[in-house]
Amino acid sequence: MTAPTRDVPQTTTPAGGLVVEDLGVTLTGRPVDVVDDIDLVLRPGEVVGLVGESGSGKTTVGTSLLAYSRAGALISSGKVLLEGRDVLQLPWKEVRQLRGEEIAYVPQDPASALNPSIRIGKQLVELHQLRGVGTAESRLQAARDGLAEVGLPNDDEFLRRYAHQLSGGQVQRVALAMAFLPKPKVLVLDEPTTGLDVTTQKMVLDTMAQLCRSHGVCALYVTHDLAVVANIADRVAVMYAGQIAELGPKDAVFANPSHPYTRALLDSIPHLSQARALKGIPGRTPAPGARPDGCRFSDRCTYVVDACKQQVPPLISVAPDHEARCIRVGEIGMWDINRGTVPDADPNRKRDVILSVEGLNVFYGRKQIVHDVTFDLAKGEVVALVGESGSGKTTISRSVGGLHKEWTGAVRFEGRELARSARSRSAEDRRRIQYIFQNPYLSLNPRLTIEQIIRRPMELFGIAKGKQATDRVLQLMEQVALGSGMLHYQASRLSGGERQRVAIARALAAEPDVMVCDEITSALDVSVQGSIVALLEGLRKERGISMLFVTHNLALVRSISARVEILQAGRVVEAGSVVTVMDTPREEYTRKLLSDSPRVG
Amino acid sequence: MSTTASLPSTPSFLGRAMKQKRFVFGFTVTLLVIAFAVLAPLVAPYGEEETAGPPYSKGGLFGTDYLGQDVLSRLMHGGQGVLLISVLATLLGMVLGILIGVVAAYAGGWWDEVLMRLNDVLLAFPQILLALVVLTALQNPAAWVIIVLVGVSHAPRVARVSRGVALGIVSRDFVVAAEALGEKRSRVIVAEVLPNMIGPLLAEAGLRLTYSIGVVAALGFLGFAADPGAANWGQMMNENRLGLQTQPWAVLAPVLMIAIFTIATNLMADGLAQLSQRGD
Amino acid sequence: MTQVATLPDPLAEVAPPRGRSGGAAWAAWLARRLGLAVLTLWLVSVLVFLATAALGDPVRAILGRDYDTNVGRREQLEAQLGVGDSIVTRYVDWLGGLVTGDFGTSLANQQPVWQQVSDTVVNTLVLVLLAAAVMIPLAFGIAMISAHFRRRRPDTVIQTILLALAGVPEFVTGILLVALFSTSVFNIFPAVTIASPTARPWDTPEGMVLPVATLVVAVTPYVSRIVRATLLEVLDSDYVELARLKGIPEPVVMRKHALLNAIVPGIQVIALQLAWLAGGVVLVETLFSYPGVGRQLVDSVRNHDVPMVQALSMIIAGVYIVVNLVADVLSILLTPRARTAISS
Repeated sequence: MTAPTRDVPQTTTPAGGLVVEDLGVTLTGRPVDVVDDIDLVLRPGEVVGLVGESGSGKTTVGTSLLAYSRAGALISSGKVLLEGRDVLQLPWKEVRQLRGEEIAYVPQDPASALNPSIRIGKQLVELHQLRGVGTAESRLQAARDGLAEVGLPNDDEFLRRYAHQLSGGQVQRVALAMAFLPKPKVLVLDEPTTGLDVTTQKMVLDTMAQLCRSHGVCALYVTHDLAVVANIADRVAVMYAGQIAELGPKDAVFANPSHPYTRALLDSIPHLSQARALKGIPGRTPAPGARPDGCRFSDRCTYVVDACKQQVPPLISVAPDHEARCIRVGEIGMWDINRGTVPDADPNRKRDVILSVEGLNVFYGRKQIVHDVTFDLAKGEVVALVGESGSGKTTISRSVGGLHKEWTGAVRFEGRELARSARSRSAEDRRRIQYIFQNPYLSLNPRLTIEQIIRRPMELFGIAKGKQATDRVLQLMEQVALGSGMLHYQASRLSGGERQRVAIARALAAEPDVMVCDEITSALDVSVQGSIVALLEGLRKERGISMLFVTHNLALVRSISARVEILQAGRVVEAGSVVTVMDTPREEYTRKLLSDSPRVG
Repeated sequence: MSTTASLPSTPSFLGRAMKQKRFVFGFTVTLLVIAFAVLAPLVAPYGEEETAGPPYSKGGLFGTDYLGQDVLSRLMHGGQGVLLISVLATLLGMVLGILIGVVAAYAGGWWDEVLMRLNDVLLAFPQILLALVVLTALQNPAAWVIIVLVGVSHAPRVARVSRGVALGIVSRDFVVAAEALGEKRSRVIVAEVLPNMIGPLLAEAGLRLTYSIGVVAALGFLGFAADPGAANWGQMMNENRLGLQTQPWAVLAPVLMIAIFTIATNLMADGLAQLSQRGD
Repeated sequence: MTQVATLPDPLAEVAPPRGRSGGAAWAAWLARRLGLAVLTLWLVSVLVFLATAALGDPVRAILGRDYDTNVGRREQLEAQLGVGDSIVTRYVDWLGGLVTGDFGTSLANQQPVWQQVSDTVVNTLVLVLLAAAVMIPLAFGIAMISAHFRRRRPDTVIQTILLALAGVPEFVTGILLVALFSTSVFNIFPAVTIASPTARPWDTPEGMVLPVATLVVAVTPYVSRIVRATLLEVLDSDYVELARLKGIPEPVVMRKHALLNAIVPGIQVIALQLAWLAGGVVLVETLFSYPGVGRQLVDSVRNHDVPMVQALSMIIAGVYIVVNLVADVLSILLTPRARTAISS
């Protein structure tokens, strides 16, 4: 299988597999490639992980396997061969017959992908009913069996529910059951676990892997999450800017990544087992139509030479079954998964407490969300609040930041008790504790320029004004690695990562002592997350800023924080230094979280 | 997770509007009608209440009306009043409505509940009814009464729209961030909330202008105009209705002017609405 | 089927609210809704009374120049309106009458209001219901055709025409229709509905064509545009995409997945427009001399006939509130998410 697959497609696809040859998708209006030159083989019973960041075209490839493209794009070239038939050339009626029955699709966001006004049971039997498969009873029984397979209740009451009456994990498993019901040969999963908690994610992934194996189904698993791929895929295809950059068996790709992009991506993800100095990839993923000539990654690559920009490199064989789209593949040396690891934060460091939370109870109306939470934060320290959705981690951070005021207990800053809401705190307290939000698309006023956004806290707190303020804005922008050219940009022109840097600069403009960071990297691509984490680490060291870091990602905790509070249903279940908690967890819940989190290496 | 949204540049809202065919067409025609209303009285062949010949005769471009006044001249004189009242009523309705809607959305809780409940009461009156009810007790209302009546009848509708738009903004983190910094509440509304409502509010203003013309002309048509003798597009339809068979232009000329103007303002409003939905 | 072990602890997830046994919750919800409607109606009555009785002097308006000379008539009118009493007493008296079905006596002809209003209410209802019966299928039909051609030429043409029509005031449309169909161009339909005061409008059906057509033209564009936009939004949704990727035939996707979810916004916009018609009839009835509530209202306003105006305003506002209430209840019944939110 070292030879390009397109030579002898028929012989290389065993019954049930799927072969993609030279697939290309373009925009409808303009002759611009969204994805091009995609060659991929799915063998029966195997899970292929298709990994890429936003803008890589991974979802486009996924839906193309069902001869489907979203409005504004069309499949312009290539073949998708299923048992020798080209899906892209089939008449429309046969394509429809084939969808669902032979190639099934599991959507990214099942909550919006299940019809809100049709009961679950009806949606499950719909396809069989339309095709006239079996009797009403046999169809209903098949639906019940399908639900049992994915570990859901299958009584009448459950079948009569609507999608909004299920939890996120349940909805996703209903979608899986629906996909498996017609016993397809190929399964396309489009980021099916995005937004799920790790334990739910683990359950869904296990279900999927089990079903694929027992039904002999081959699956294309589209995702942005390398750690998930490391756990479930047999082979991995890494996509960048509309092309496959590297393709190979999972172990080979993680042990010996051969494309500089794959390496950069692996450098940017945190590990559960050891702290790392994370690195981001500078620049942005180019959009279709704005991609560089030659190697698409050449403008962001550390190994770039002139020849890279001459022409698009072909996929070059590295080892049997392992290919990379890089002309320097033999010259860039070996790579080690443990590159970049650093010592964990010292658990015995002397702590000088600056902020303490004592007996915090938080309410929303009459409902109590947080119960008797106590912890503290020392100068120059990062404390992580970790938990799944509903654990109350964000609620705690909002109460500390004064954004939510229905709470009792005490929050002390340098020993003084803080008022409940930001408005009733002193200007000095407001200045010294800054809050950074999860979603940078919502936290910056899109009408204001970067300069206006960053200088506002300076004016408000009387730190600087006029020319002096502008100079300080420029300094801060440099510090968060934003070019001074963006000074007069409106926030709506920036990418997610750039926006989050502006949000950090706005917080820094107030010269805070404590920053409350609420999931500030969860809306960002991993390579951007890497660079933001590196930035925060630098700020902590240089300025001695303390941070309360809210996250659901345990691996990230290991790399960024010194102490961790594990939360469950509004209570702290385990707390301590990161090394102690993660290497020798005492509580069952912590152990489960750790074992359910996907691992790399 | 599709493609990165990295636009090279985003020009101002009106800048983008000027590139939209629908808006440009509506805007141009609106300006032309306004220009006609403002400038035409200067070049009208006859005075506003000057007799030009026998009633319902064929002289002049559109003939004469029920009193023998020149229809073309009446048409030229009759735009200003209608348009001025409509524009002022729209402004009044927008200001009142935005105030109510934004305060309700930003204050939330009881304020929101009470303001919107009262708003529902006003909404239960069809726009024309509100004006008619008040006119029952008045004889020959002054122009400002009509402006107030039409403006007030707009307010609850504008309030509902602007509350809806504002609700989507006040919950966003940049507003929360401004609160956390301790910005004054008035500044939060003026600097953070309102600028993000410009698109939808402009669209609403266009729509309100369309309806203003409709209501103001309708009041004239029903015979409740401020000044019974003066030329007024709405009133002209009423005065000459009986002559529709013999001298249709006396009615059709103002009808067509109003139709053209409302179509234009509506196209303009819809163009703005499309833009504000698409962008940001 | 291959045996697959059931995965562990699937039910550990939060159990969603049950959608059963919500009878009491429903009753409470409905009671709250009705209570709010009554409260709104009461506030409307305050507003109507204040606007008609407190803002100006109806007696002066009625008598005009005779106000100072015809003292006898003035005193009679003032007695009938209770001008001497305090405004609160007058309001309470009036409201008491409303609640017991006594709408008062017309100032213009000294007949009981109720007697004069009962026929015209029926006439107007007939007019509005006829218009709705034509408008609803027409608007949905146009919307579906337009959505079918989404963003291609026929869609653009239809949308531009609808948009243009949507802005034109209803009496302008009416006059244009009259000019076209009952004067020089085509003399097909009469310009006025009935001549004799005792006849019912439907005795001369051809006279109803133009009023109904005017209302239909005034309302259809708006409804049709909203329904089209909703249809397109639904057709772009993830669940319609999944239905297509599941291999469900397009007509079934349209019928079962799309239309079902587009119907609720449809109901709401229809309700809004029906309520609007309650006001729209004022002009259309006046234009066509249709013997309905609207024309009666305009005549009463002209005559400064305060009791009539008060009664007619309350009727129109009441219709508006009832239509909205019905639409709200229907929307909630047809939206599973809202429905289960109440019963749990």
